[in-house]
Parts: sequence; structure tokens; C-alpha cells
Amino acid sequence: MLERLFLRLQKNIDSILMIFISSALVVGLFTLYSASGRNIILVLNQLFYIGLGFILLWITARVHPKHYEKLALPIYILGLLLLFAVMFVGQSSHGARRWLNLGAFKMQPSEIMRLAVPIAMAWYLSKRENNRHAIDYIIASLFFILPVILIINQPDLGTGLLITASGFYILFLAGLNWKFIVGAAIGLFSLAPIIWTHLHDYQKNRLLILLDPSQDPLGSGYHTIQSSIAMGSGGLIGKGWLNGTQGQLDFLPERTTDFIFAVFSEEFGLLGNLLLLGLFALIIGRSLMIASQAKNTFTRLLAANIGLTFFTYIFINIAMVSGIMPVVGVPLPLISFGGTSMTIILISFGILMSVHSHKELVGSS
Amino acid sequence: MSYTKNSQNIYKSRYLFKRRLALLSGLISIAFLIVIGRFFYLQILKYDFYKDLSENNRIAVIPNVPNRGLILDRNGVIMADNYFVYSLEITPSKVTNLNKTIDNLKPIIELSAGDLKQFRKILKESSSLDSVPIKTHLSETEAARFAANKLRFEGVEIKSRLFRRYPKGAFASHLIGHINRINEEDKEVIKKLGWQQNYKGTDSIGKLGIEKYYEARLHGTTGFQEVEIDANGNSVRILNSTPSIEGDAITLSIDSNLQEIAENAFNKYRGALVALNPKNGEVLAFVSRPNFDPNQFVGGIDVDEWKVLNESLDKPMLNRAINGLYPPGSTVKPFVALAALENDIRKPPFNIKDPGFFTLPNSGHTYKDWKPYGHGVVDIVMAITISCDTFFYGLGIELGINKLSEFLSQFGFGKATHIDMFGENAGLLPSPEWKQKRFKQPWYLGETVITSIGQGYTLVTPMQLAEAVATLANGGLTIQPRLIQSIKNSQTGKIETFKNKTVRELHFKPENLALVKEGMMNVTQPGGTAASVGAGAPYKIAAKTGTAQVVEMKENQKYNPNRMNERHRDHALFIAYAPAEEPTIAVAIIVENGGHGGSTAGPIARKLMDYYLLKKVSSNKEENKVGPLESEYHD
Repeated sequence: MLERLFLRLQKNIDSILMIFISSALVVGLFTLYSASGRNIILVLNQLFYIGLGFILLWITARVHPKHYEKLALPIYILGLLLLFAVMFVGQSSHGARRWLNLGAFKMQPSEIMRLAVPIAMAWYLSKRENNRHAIDYIIASLFFILPVILIINQPDLGTGLLITASGFYILFLAGLNWKFIVGAAIGLFSLAPIIWTHLHDYQKNRLLILLDPSQDPLGSGYHTIQSSIAMGSGGLIGKGWLNGTQGQLDFLPERTTDFIFAVFSEEFGLLGNLLLLGLFALIIGRSLMIASQAKNTFTRLLAANIGLTFFTYIFINIAMVSGIMPVVGVPLPLISFGGTSMTIILISFGILMSVHSHKELVGSS
Repeated sequence: MSYTKNSQNIYKSRYLFKRRLALLSGLISIAFLIVIGRFFYLQILKYDFYKDLSENNRIAVIPNVPNRGLILDRNGVIMADNYFVYSLEITPSKVTNLNKTIDNLKPIIELSAGDLKQFRKILKESSSLDSVPIKTHLSETEAARFAANKLRFEGVEIKSRLFRRYPKGAFASHLIGHINRINEEDKEVIKKLGWQQNYKGTDSIGKLGIEKYYEARLHGTTGFQEVEIDANGNSVRILNSTPSIEGDAITLSIDSNLQEIAENAFNKYRGALVALNPKNGEVLAFVSRPNFDPNQFVGGIDVDEWKVLNESLDKPMLNRAINGLYPPGSTVKPFVALAALENDIRKPPFNIKDPGFFTLPNSGHTYKDWKPYGHGVVDIVMAITISCDTFFYGLGIELGINKLSEFLSQFGFGKATHIDMFGENAGLLPSPEWKQKRFKQPWYLGETVITSIGQGYTLVTPMQLAEAVATLANGGLTIQPRLIQSIKNSQTGKIETFKNKTVRELHFKPENLALVKEGMMNVTQPGGTAASVGAGAPYKIAAKTGTAQVVEMKENQKYNPNRMNERHRDHALFIAYAPAEEPTIAVAIIVENGGHGGSTAGPIARKLMDYYLLKKVSSNKEENKVGPLESEYHD
């Protein structure tokens, strides 16, 4: 009886991916417990969102990909409208207007766009697959350029960059001509000075501090210096769980969210880093494998995008924490504290599993 | 056709997808390698570097400042100790608006203009992380009132600080010296001596006197507390702690009672006194007047107070005992007399018939005796007793400046005594070579004449003069004079004492020494220049009076103290030792503008000796009973 229920529950679930994800989540909970100064409430809070995320994952995994295809445009338009709403009636905190107050709970429409943008682009490009012209790539580009402009204006450079990356992945995998890619790269480079002038002072600062953190050891450089100290002093095997002095004694800023990797790295050292990185590599590898096995263009693009975006998050976060990229405010997926981010990621894995579990049925359509 | 094209398209697009996905996977691998490389760099290559940084972050070393060692007199009377005071302190780095904070403090704690001025001064000299006192010696009411308002003042706190105290105030201040806040110069010295570690947390250092000379012993050893701190600087727990070790206690050789008698005896006069035990070199009294209150300096002296001290014509900051330079005047005569006797001239029964002046052969230049018509028949003993200038003029010429200078230098004239105090002046003992070097001029015979009676170029410090008298009293043996008797190790309780150190051992013919001593003993007897000093004493005092000119007299001008500006009056000098037969105290006194040595400096010596030898305190009334004798009006 129980066995049948279990089988039913795991029907659309990719158990391999699930094991990897769960392992990373366990690591994340232990790290969060340490990073929060043994705050069990915070850990339970995170656990609640993991639970919610799992339910949503289970649901999204059961939904057939063709429904996503159908819902792509409506969800995208809804997301865009919410972004506009943020612009006018959004709530500000720390000088950024990112939140929308929906009475019972607050939400960040930019988080929805993380999924809505690639789904919409994959939908559009797969629809135009047999008769694709240059104009189609331009239209597809607008799908991400529009929301990115709104998001960067909030300002939320991190999410803006991630959605941009996610858009590029889709264009690239859909077969965007190399000439366009090279052209776009050159264009972007020539636009760089213009973008620079439109960055907020704190964003410019972060980029400048990256070049020389010691310039401002107590200001913006403080994050980078303290996280480098945390990681470096962790050494090969780390200081041990709950024993990281940088983390435990408050030297690390934002250590339950964006800088949680520094806490992990201080306590578990290089070996811990390699194990966690290995776990992430397995998740990415499994995702890309699912993508390559997908039977149609929409699911292929969508699945690959989920894996690649997951990688991008990890890379930007770790590069930022270890001081090879500016501090852009990107959480470490599956590890950092944060309900919205956690649920969105688990939903995205749900979609991935949906692609995987429905691949045999899609082929003939 | 359409189908074929479609399926071809699908095939093509899947192939392209897989190729591009493979390319991206390659890029992902490269990205992972970069990140792993970074890990390797941070956690393996730079591990030691970051480990140190992390330890520095985490551990704060808080110095435990030691109690400064006590200074006691030979009987254990406290001359310098420490006490706790509450002080209100501000750490500038923790305060957002300093001026506003100070304004807000004003209604709670009374802050005088002086407090604020002092605060600004210290603020300028310290780093923003230092805790700077804005008001010391808070009353209990003030401390309580601040405690009630504490939350309003971030970066302001009440600390209990150890303060140095000199319970006897200005008493013996030049001897004890004082401490003051460490300035840039002191920091250099501390660095040069390699004391930085031990001076962490210490804010004051000995600046003068014993406090300065014995700084290394008095300071003690700073302890350290290693505290784990969080990012806000709050201590989380103590990791390691070494206690501080209190500075050693110093016992001075002076007797504060004797010192007090000496200081009081000076009354309003400026001058200096050094009393020694000739047998062991111990300084029994060390006076420089006027003095200052060392308590003013503790915690930093007020600018105005310093101005008063520094600009006063009386020069209260000048340590006259080791820095005051005075012509020895007639006090040099016993030494000159011994020089002659040891060179086999002027031995009794040699005598002169003093006409009241001396004529330099070949020049006709005359030098007057202080007594207008002379002393009559004078031999060498009498010459000392009555201080006959004429006798010494001729003696000097016959002996010659080279022999005279050489002999006097044996008594320490022109040489530092190396007393345990910094900044001692070496004085000046002239010689032809010195003059050639200094003025590029030859030595004149006339200069020999006046050198023989202690005028001219010769300059001595009271300390030097005291050492010379002690040597004479000791029959030629100079024991290194010193200001302290012992040092008590605060940790082991072991008391370190000092062996007598012989500086010089001179051998004189006993009969020569006896003649000089006889002359000096007669000085305090009826007929001597200080007869009143010896009057009624149950012990014998050997002495010599002296007068040092402050302004030069024209040849025919008569010295009249009543018609002169007080500061132009002669300095009075007096050297003595007692009991004359077996001396245990030798003293040198200078009273600036005191006139004649026998009448102003002499009574001070008598009071000192009465107390030292008889434990008797002679009152001022008693002194007046015996008025100065006629012979004392000049030396």
C-alpha cells in the first residue's frame, strides 16, 4: 500500500536528480544553521520553503510540457505587467524598488521573470523553427531585453544579468548565427561606456572595488576582503562545522544569503568546496543530459536553459564570494536563505523533470 | 517534401543544439576549473596569510597596564604612589559627531574650558581608536549622573584609570620628578629602547628626576589579555591572559624629615642644597628652590599652568642642584690650600702680612681683599678661617694655573658626578688649554689670581660641590653619590641594595689634610667667618663660607647690598661637614642673591646638622639669639 503510494508519488520524479538536489539541500541546511548563529527558527523557515518548493516541484513535474508551451505567453505578459506595477506601486527597501505587496505576502516579479522569460523565448523560437529568420531572433531578444531593462532599473543588477544570460543561452542553443553572436559581442563592448554611465554609483563602486578591494577596506571592499579571509583561513579541511570564526563572530556580511558560501568554505575547507562543487556539477550534468534527450525544440531549449541558468547562479555567486567577480547580489541556489529563490529553483527542476518524464510522449507531435 | 524538409530541419537543429550544448559544457568545465584554481590559491597557497588575518580579526590583545612602582624615602614615607580615579573618556572613532556629543555632555558633566582645551590637545596627539579622557577625577554624583544617561552617548564611557600621586606636593619635586603623557619624542625613545610592547596601553612616562632615571624599574611589566572579539569589537570570551607585574618600589636615600627641614630653611630664597653621607655616598637631602607641584603634570599639564611655570623669572623648573652653575667663590679655598700644601708651598710657619691687597708682580695690577685694611699676619690655617683673599692670590700665582687646575679636578671640579639623575651639568674648571680652545686666547696671570679665590671662569653645581666636600671630609676617598638606597622587586620581594662604589681615592699627607681641616673647623668658631653657625653646637662643624658675584663691581665701587636690585645681590655659598672629627654628613648650599654665605646659607646647614646628628629641630627663634658676628659681614 505504502509502496504503491510511493511509486505514485515518484512517478514523474527523476530520482537521480532528486538525490543530488536533496543532498545539496541538506548541506545547505547545515550551513544555514551555522551561518545564522544556530538560529533554528531560520532553518525551519527555510525548511518550510523547501517543503513548499517540493510540492510545487512535484506538481510542475506532473504537468505535461505542452501546457507550459501554451501558458508561455500569458505568464510572460503577466510577469511583465507585474514588473511595470513594481515600477509604480512597488515597495522600496535599501534604495531598491523590487517588491510588490499582495496583502498576504510580498513577491518579487523579477523572480517570476527568471522562468517566464526562457519559457516564452523557447516557445517563440520553437514555434518559428521551420521558418526562422533573423527577425525572429531579434523578436526573441526583445523577450528578455524588455524585462531586463525594467529589472536593472529597480535596480537589481544581479537578476538582470542572470536573465540576460538566460536569454543568450536560448538564442545560442536555438542556432543563432555566429556572425550575430560576434556582432552582438562587439556591439556590447562598444555600448559598455554608455552602460557604465547608466549604472548606479553603488554598482560602479562594486566594480571598481573588485579591481582593488583594499581601496576601501571598511566600505564596499569589506565584503570581498572578509569573505576571502573566511575562505583562505579555511585551508584544506576547514575549521569545522560551527567553528568558522569569520562567520560565527559576525565578520562576514550577509552570511545567510549571498555570502553563505564563505561560511561553508571556512568551515569545510577546500575538500568541502570540491565536494559541493562536485554535487553542483552532477546536478548541472544531469540537467544537460535531460536537455539533450528532450524530444522537441521547446523542451530542449527549456531544459538546457534551466541547467545552464543553475550553473550561472552558482558560478556568479562563488566567483563573487571568492573575489573574482564584483559583488552583484546573487544567492547560491539550494544553499542560500530565501523563500522565493528556493521555490523558483525547485519549480524549475520540476519543469526539468516534466520534460524528462514526458519525453517519450512528445516525440510524435 | 515538406515533411522531409521538416524532418531534415529537425535533425539539423537537434545536431546543432547538441554541438552547441557540448561547447557550453566545455565552457562550464573551464569555469569550474577557474573557480577551483581560485580555491587552491586562497585556501592552499595563501592559507597562512589569510589564517593570520582571520586571527587578527578575531583576537584583540588588550594590555593590562601595570601599577607604577612606589617611591619611598629611607624611612618608608610615601613620596609617590597611585590611586584610581573615574575619568570620562571618548573614543573618537565610535562617535559620529564629536562636537554634538560634547555639547550633549555639558548639562550632565561640568566641563571647564581647561578640560576641553586639554581634551583637544590629547585628541590631536592620539589616534581615533584611542580612548581620550575629557574629564578626569569625576565625582561620584557625576559618575552616577552619566551612568543614568549612558545610552545616549555611544563611544563615551567612564573608565577607572590609575593616577600617579605625589602626596607631598611640591616637596622634593626636583628629586622625585614627575610623569606626564607620552609625547612624540618619548615614543621615539621607547622605540629606540625596544620598549613598545611593554608600553602598550601606558599613557604616561617619567619625565624628570627619579621618575625618569628609574623609569625602566618603576614602570613594571605589562600583562596582556587575548580576547576573542566579534565584528563589533565586543569581547566574546577571554582566550589567554597574563597578569601585569607591578613596577619595583624605590627607596630613596633621602630622609624626608631632613629634606623638609632643609626646604623650609630656604624660606623664600632661591637656591639649592645637597647633603651627602661621605661614608657611603647616599644623598640625604636634595633641594632645589623654588620647586613645583608634580601633581600638575599627571595626565598632562594645563597649557596655562605650564606657561606660568616655564616663564617665571624664578625658574621653578630648573633643577639647581645638578643644573645650576655658580662660581664657587671662597668655598674653593680649602681645596686650593690643600693643593699648595701638597705641592710643598705655604707650609706653616709660612705667613704673610696682609695689607688688604695683592699686587701682581711685573704688572702692578692690584687685587683687593674683601677686608679693606687687611687681616694682619695670616698663615694657611688662618687664611681658611678668615677667608683671606690676599693669602690665596699669592699662593695661586706661585702654584700656577696648571697645577691648581689639575689638583682641583681630582676633587671632581669640572666633571659630572654621575649621580643617578639625567641632565647633570659638568660645571667648568678652567685651564690654559681650555681657554685657548674656547676663546682662542692665552691665559693671563690675573686669571690665575681670581681662580684661586673661586671667581673667574670656574663654575660648579651644588651637587659637585657637595661631592668635593664629602671627599675632603672622607680624607680623599670619593664614594659615588646616589639618590636611592634600594629597589624592592615587586614580584619576589627581594631587596636590591648597592655597594659603595669608589670613584677616586686620593692620597694626601695627613699633616696637610689636618691643617686644612683645622682651618675649616675654626670657621664655625669665634673669629671664623661663620662663627654663629657653630655657636652652641655640641659637635664640631668644619665649614667654609663663600660669596659669588652676580654682577661685576667696578674697581672703586663699594658693594652695598641694600642699594642693589635684589637679583643682583651676591649668591651666598656654604660648604660644611660634621662631626668634624668623624664626618657623617657633608653639605653644599647655595642661596641665590643671599648675600653672605655665613649669614644666609650657614644657618640652613646648622639646622640640617642639628636634626641629622641630634634629631633636634631648632626653631627660628633660637637662631636669632646668636646674631651674625662682625667678622661675618663679608667673607
